Amino acid sequence: MAECHPVAFRWIMQAKLKGAKLIHVDPRFTRTSALANTYAPIRAGTDIAFLGGIINYVINSKRWNEEPFFKEYVVNYTNAATIIEESFKDTEDDEAAGRFSGLAQYTGDPLNGFVGQYDNKTWQYKGTQATDQGRTGSTGQSGEQGVQSGNEDTNLPEVPKGPPYDELVKSLLKPPAQLDTTLKDPNCVFQLVKTHFSRYTPEMVQEITGCPKEKFIEVAETLLQNSGPDKTSSFAYALGWTQHTYGPQMISCCALLQLLLGNMGRPGGGILALRGHATIQGSTDIPTLYHSIHGYMPHPSAAKGKKHDSLNDYLTAETLAKSYWSNMPKFMVSYLKSMYGEAATKENDFGYDWHPKITGDHSHMPMFLQMMDGKVEGMFCMGQNPAVGGQNARLQRKALSKLKWLVVKDNFEIETAVFWKKGSPEVEAGELRPEDIQTEVFFFPSNQVAEMDGSYTNTQRLAQWHNKAAEAPGDCRSDMWFTYQLGKRLKALYANSTAPRDEGIKNLVWDYEIDDETAKLRDAELQITGADDAAKHEEEPEGEPDIRKIVREINGYQSADKTKHLANFAELKDDGSTTCASWIYSGIYPAPGKLIMNNRDADPALSDAGKPTLGWGFAWPANRRILYNRASARPDGTPWSEQKKLVYFDPNLTVDPVTKLPYTDLKTGEPIKGAWVGDDVPDFVKNKKPDYQPPEGATGLDAHPGTAPFIMKFDGKGWLFAPTGLVDGPLPTHYEPVETPIKQNRLYPQQLHSPVYKRWERDDNQYAAPGDPQYPHVMTTYRLTEHHLSGVMSRWLPWLAELQPELFVEIGEELANDLGIGNTDMVRVSTPRGSIEAKALVTRRIRPLTIKDGDTDKTVHHVGMPWHWGWQGLARGSVVNDLSSLVGDPNVAIHEAKAFVCNVEKA
Amino acid sequence: MATMTQTPARREPHGFFTDTTVCIGCKACEVACKQWNQLASETGGQQPLSGDSYDNTQRLDGMNWRHVKFIEQFSADPQRTQQSRWLMMSDVCKHCVRAGCIEVCPTGAIIRTEFDTVVIQADTCNGCRACISACPFGVIDINENAKVAQKCTLCYDRTTIGEQPACSKACPTASIQYGPLNGPNGLKAKAQERVQQLKEQGVDQAQLYGADDKIVGGLNSFYLLVDRPQVYGLPENPQLPSRNLGPSSALTTVGAAVMGLLGLVSLRKKRMDHFAGQPADRER
Amino acid sequence: MTLSVSRRDFLRLGGGITAGTALAGLAGTGADLGPVTVRAQESRIKDVKPFRSVCPYCAVGCGLLVYTEKGADGKNKIIDIEGDYESPINRGTLCPKGAATFQLHVNPNRVTKVLHRKPGATEWEVMGLEDAMNRVVQLTKETRDRTFVEKNEAGIPVNNSLSIFSLGGATMDNEWNHIQQKLMRGLGVVAIENQARI
Repeated sequence: MAECHPVAFRWIMQAKLKGAKLIHVDPRFTRTSALANTYAPIRAGTDIAFLGGIINYVINSKRWNEEPFFKEYVVNYTNAATIIEESFKDTEDDEAAGRFSGLAQYTGDPLNGFVGQYDNKTWQYKGTQATDQGRTGSTGQSGEQGVQSGNEDTNLPEVPKGPPYDELVKSLLKPPAQLDTTLKDPNCVFQLVKTHFSRYTPEMVQEITGCPKEKFIEVAETLLQNSGPDKTSSFAYALGWTQHTYGPQMISCCALLQLLLGNMGRPGGGILALRGHATIQGSTDIPTLYHSIHGYMPHPSAAKGKKHDSLNDYLTAETLAKSYWSNMPKFMVSYLKSMYGEAATKENDFGYDWHPKITGDHSHMPMFLQMMDGKVEGMFCMGQNPAVGGQNARLQRKALSKLKWLVVKDNFEIETAVFWKKGSPEVEAGELRPEDIQTEVFFFPSNQVAEMDGSYTNTQRLAQWHNKAAEAPGDCRSDMWFTYQLGKRLKALYANSTAPRDEGIKNLVWDYEIDDETAKLRDAELQITGADDAAKHEEEPEGEPDIRKIVREINGYQSADKTKHLANFAELKDDGSTTCASWIYSGIYPAPGKLIMNNRDADPALSDAGKPTLGWGFAWPANRRILYNRASARPDGTPWSEQKKLVYFDPNLTVDPVTKLPYTDLKTGEPIKGAWVGDDVPDFVKNKKPDYQPPEGATGLDAHPGTAPFIMKFDGKGWLFAPTGLVDGPLPTHYEPVETPIKQNRLYPQQLHSPVYKRWERDDNQYAAPGDPQYPHVMTTYRLTEHHLSGVMSRWLPWLAELQPELFVEIGEELANDLGIGNTDMVRVSTPRGSIEAKALVTRRIRPLTIKDGDTDKTVHHVGMPWHWGWQGLARGSVVNDLSSLVGDPNVAIHEAKAFVCNVEKA
Repeated sequence: MATMTQTPARREPHGFFTDTTVCIGCKACEVACKQWNQLASETGGQQPLSGDSYDNTQRLDGMNWRHVKFIEQFSADPQRTQQSRWLMMSDVCKHCVRAGCIEVCPTGAIIRTEFDTVVIQADTCNGCRACISACPFGVIDINENAKVAQKCTLCYDRTTIGEQPACSKACPTASIQYGPLNGPNGLKAKAQERVQQLKEQGVDQAQLYGADDKIVGGLNSFYLLVDRPQVYGLPENPQLPSRNLGPSSALTTVGAAVMGLLGLVSLRKKRMDHFAGQPADRER
Repeated sequence: MTLSVSRRDFLRLGGGITAGTALAGLAGTGADLGPVTVRAQESRIKDVKPFRSVCPYCAVGCGLLVYTEKGADGKNKIIDIEGDYESPINRGTLCPKGAATFQLHVNPNRVTKVLHRKPGATEWEVMGLEDAMNRVVQLTKETRDRTFVEKNEAGIPVNNSLSIFSLGGATMDNEWNHIQQKLMRGLGVVAIENQARI
């Protein structure tokens, strides 16, 4: 965290000065470790064993069993009490096999890469199918597997085609789950969790992870002691957890632990993803990702296992009768209106058929394999550098040479733009000849942040506006200029087409022309933000779109009148009368001139005091800073403690403290007493009483009791056990990375890897066998404070380049001595994909770890490589991703660059 | 833009307190300094890896006015149980109370400001290098672009408009703090408090370097260390050049902080007064 | 103001770097002359009201203040970028990358013309913006129309083309992400990806 997010670490240091304990778990001793109270070394890729060990430690601890807080939180707010189908088999039921029930051979398209697939029918809540959208961020559920997600019940009654869709929603109601609030039933989630992790003892943790068990116990005990009614602990992670063939299960494991410790939905708790790009969050919400459309709705799919044939089919498959997802028809119809405008009508299912469907895994890695095989003709590469940042980058660079055309838009002449040119490793090695490469390549120069208006959504879902301060040089244009102009020109070419296949592009709403209103609004907003009024905006270059119209479309408006913006997503309708691209961003621009992202009205003292600063920017949804914050109060609505007070129920309140309006019943208009209030925007129905019990047949949030904080889940509870949503198991389980120095999983002798990960084995993407003596060392890749990702925004800047001017490989002193390698010696690092040279940085910060392979002790050496360099720019070096492989997690298709194996020798 | 001609009022002595125990070695201070002062990278960003931990700028000099040091301390056992420390420290000009550089500067280019900080005036420096050898901390060197001696100005062109120096403003963890040195809310009092806190936490080696007058009369940029000064490359007992005749504060003149010919003449006069044994300004 | 910012001749400083355009080679920029007259001038941000901005590097979202002055051509020139004290995220602080945002903008290594590489060519050629846009439009339409699939084997409308790939988004603006994914999906392009998965 100190390495890659130094300013976020500011707050960690402030907490530490006030007495907070900081624990760092990492294969390498980094700048974060240097500042931590406890540093726990761990073998790369073994975090589930470590976290599972803590879960086991916590459940069996005296404090957890005696402090009533933990039981009260877990019984009320999680699915610990829910009974699971008796046919469910855990990995522990057959210790040797180490698999969940339902494993089958994968029979779909080999390009999707799965080595196996689970049928999750036996993972369900007893007597009721645990429908859940279970699709957020999930490619595995985009229809590439036969696994259940959403509603797959074929016996659903026929419902009339909407709108309105209320009948459809009601038809999806399922019987409630069975509970045992004593947590004693052997098939209740709590007992299953307890059994599942029972062998994750401190000794086992040491044998798998290499972390000395005393250190491990110190970590577990610190967490336990610092969680409770008046204390919270939080976890922060980055790619060290996600880039694994079981990455999502790592996060899931942490969520499980945090729910057990009562740390979710509470101030100072939670799990914080430290993301790496300015709007990586925004580009996930507003998804330039193949598997989802705005606001975490699944992309319509024609792949196996999904019935999305019509709009009704889509809504039937993806709507939940209970939870906030019962509003899915409103989100989807309003989205389709944002695509096709007036052409989208009730009669034509709002243009649903014009919308494309996905047919398999179209994510980064399989797309590059397709490209390599000559099946992709054209590519837009905007602000990304796969020639350096892509896994098995050699393959990715060679794949680029198979394109017919490539458009790169960036600031500097990045490697992806010049893969064909002298200097590229493949051209230098004679593997590619520029004369033979038939790719037509364009480089469009870009504006930088201070040269354009726009917004980023940061890692805490906070959208902030940046104002244009200066003009970009020459033919540099904003990215919006490019895409707007591309669309405008393409639409002109299709304007007279009568082909049905062109209906989608013909009807696409593309109305972002700048007009007089634009400048007026912008200047009004600039005043609000205190920018220099004397230094008003430059004139926009010819052809720039009106960005405020784009934001308006994201926020939503009344279809009949674009100037009537939606105040928030509660105003959405399912009949086409509202237009809104992204329901979760609704409220970001509630009225003309009121661009909430540009709000800069926050008392800095609030953040110093650790309180939400609601006047600064806009955090989706509804400007809420901590999700599921109803859990910051007891089931009865009172705060857990004065120290950890955030949102609570005030039973006597009759007037809204923010709007100053009296509370009234939406249906009857009668006055209401009692509301949720606090320092944050409550994540709960504001007048719902803590003792509310849903009546029979209720849908949406009416179907949740007053004690259910997790409003996006159909049962309103945090899931310790995931009956759906993850395709590789309902509980996290320790498996080895695909490339591992050991031959046998210490926990499950017959199951070394996840049984369902994605593998693309071919001549140009080979893997090392488990325990392969040719590749004895564990490689982990990482980032440095001084550079940014593939280096596009740092390697061309002398001020940053000089700070870390060259690629290096960090090698522990013990290994360096064994290999006769001295500090700054040039060494060769090799994997089955590639072999590169780098200077050695020999250090005692890297230490050997002793683990068990089967029953044998084994010393494992880590080798670490930051991956910022390429052959362009000021600071140069080999491309570290030439070493990594195309291999994927089955849920989201993320690769495994944080743990693989390599050989190191003196060059 | 206009040259300042007014005599600035004397201020409280200001300086830096660098608490190395919260330094994360991010080097924001180095870059913020170069950005504000528009200092080039000596190598244009292209240079070999130093191999010295994560330190690639390696030194303070005419173009590196802030420099972060990295010290790896790990014991010989495989688990590094006895010791596991990675110390980091952002180094800078010490703005000495008895500043050797001021003593030796023949042109009077080096002056003490109204903040009691030490600044080299580039336009009156003749590049004679006397100050370079006079500095016991190796802070000063010739800036190859400007061809004159350069070092940290303690962002005089920021502090005069009420801004704090670029480095301390940027520092994410408040390892570098800027402010008045003395008084109950001054940096020295804060630093003492922090040493106390660390000692209570069992960090017995916590100590201040330069907060009192033992080191060249005191350092207006002082440090909190958790090991011997030598470990951080700081001299235990720095020596001023032999020419030194007394506290350099003797040369201090608020008026000399004013630029332009008048200021310069006045400064030269003071220097002459000084060498004639009549220290002009003993008010400190 | 006599500040170095307005005299932006970058220097050749060791390392064998040749100053020039992006086509010719890289410049070891940074700044030109040091603060030759630092003591003689007033602060360059005195009385300048900055534009509020956001750091473009990682996802922490630090507030930035962008200070400008009017250049000789009457246009705003960036003279300083630093942290925003009022931001509850960074309270004025920055990391080294954020602190270098100035150099991301004011940097002679930036490409300022559209570059075009013909099939089989060994070098770039400069291309007019308008010509380049029209050529990209033509290629996009050709590929899309030739590879478009209306229905799958089961007769279900799929209306997609798997032959065009859109990559990137996490370093851009939210608003760009919206119109990019919208245009691509409007065309039937479904292979849309960004850095979230790598």
